[in-house]
Amino acid sequence: MAALTNAIVLEKLTAKFGTGIQSHEAPYGMLTIVADKNINVDILKFLYDDETLQFQFMTDLCGIHYPHQELELGIIYHLHSLQNNVRVRFKFFVSAAEPNIATATTVFASANWQERETFDFYGIIFDGHPDLRRILNVDEMEAFPLRKEFPLEDPNRIDKKDYFFGR
Amino acid sequence: MADIQKAPDGIEGPGFFATKLDDVVGLARKNSIWPLPFATSCCGIEFMATMASTYDFGRFGSERPSFSPRQADLLMVMGTIAKKMAPVLRQVYEQMAEPRWVIAVGACASSGGIFDTYSVLQGIDEVIPVDVYVPGCPPRPEQIIDGFLRIQDMVAKESLSRRGSEEYKRLLAKYDFQ
Repeated sequence: MAALTNAIVLEKLTAKFGTGIQSHEAPYGMLTIVADKNINVDILKFLYDDETLQFQFMTDLCGIHYPHQELELGIIYHLHSLQNNVRVRFKFFVSAAEPNIATATTVFASANWQERETFDFYGIIFDGHPDLRRILNVDEMEAFPLRKEFPLEDPNRIDKKDYFFGR
Repeated sequence: MADIQKAPDGIEGPGFFATKLDDVVGLARKNSIWPLPFATSCCGIEFMATMASTYDFGRFGSERPSFSPRQADLLMVMGTIAKKMAPVLRQVYEQMAEPRWVIAVGACASSGGIFDTYSVLQGIDEVIPVDVYVPGCPPRPEQIIDGFLRIQDMVAKESLSRRGSEEYKRLLAKYDFQ
């Protein structure tokens, strides 16, 4: 069996999803694909079920915030085909006004807590998630702390105030 | 180093010695403080050294650290307290019987330290009243002992009516304790 290359993965994906695959690059040799957020689960399921690809392990699921982009919030999946020892990275972008994307828990059970974490820090809503609530931060928290508009330093901090330093 | 304990001021005669009850109780209490180590990070490691033979915390009457808040007199908070830990700390404090004292050991417990961020409590005095702050990141055992000696001074001089006073009730009310 010939080794699985990025070109084969990309070819299979474009043949299946066409314009749903928006752009691709390969930084440090890792195939990175930006795709339409409406087909995220379809892509994961296709990669999982395909007999030659077998991307059956999700290494990571996380969020990212680019405040200057039109679609500000990103959801990133890292998939690993253990059979072929090939990895791919998927990015799906959503707007801050409507930060919804379908849950990946239907394909990977391990997405459960990682989606909760992504919701906790970026406020991304995973439609269909069985139990979408905060996982790491305090339940009373109202903001999503890793969004860029959130101030980095705690407002309750007093010992760094200017008047302590004669400023 | 702590001095050998002297008797409190009083009137002495053949076969009797009269002094204030406050002083006697204070003397007894200060030399039998049971601390509850609430250690979450590196300051806790310094406290382990403080408890061990070189520094021998037991010399000051604290031979027995209490790992239940119900028998403890002194809550020693050592290390970073995450906001998620704050309700736990409050519960521990609530379970302690009066009279109780609190010492914040290290920069994190005192002010949040280097962790000026959304997840860390900016000093435990946001949720419970604190009697003594020990600076340092982490403080050396000598500093922890110094902080403990300050607590001993406070314990020795505390009036027996303080815990029932209106002022003390106001202090607790400020922190939303009953």
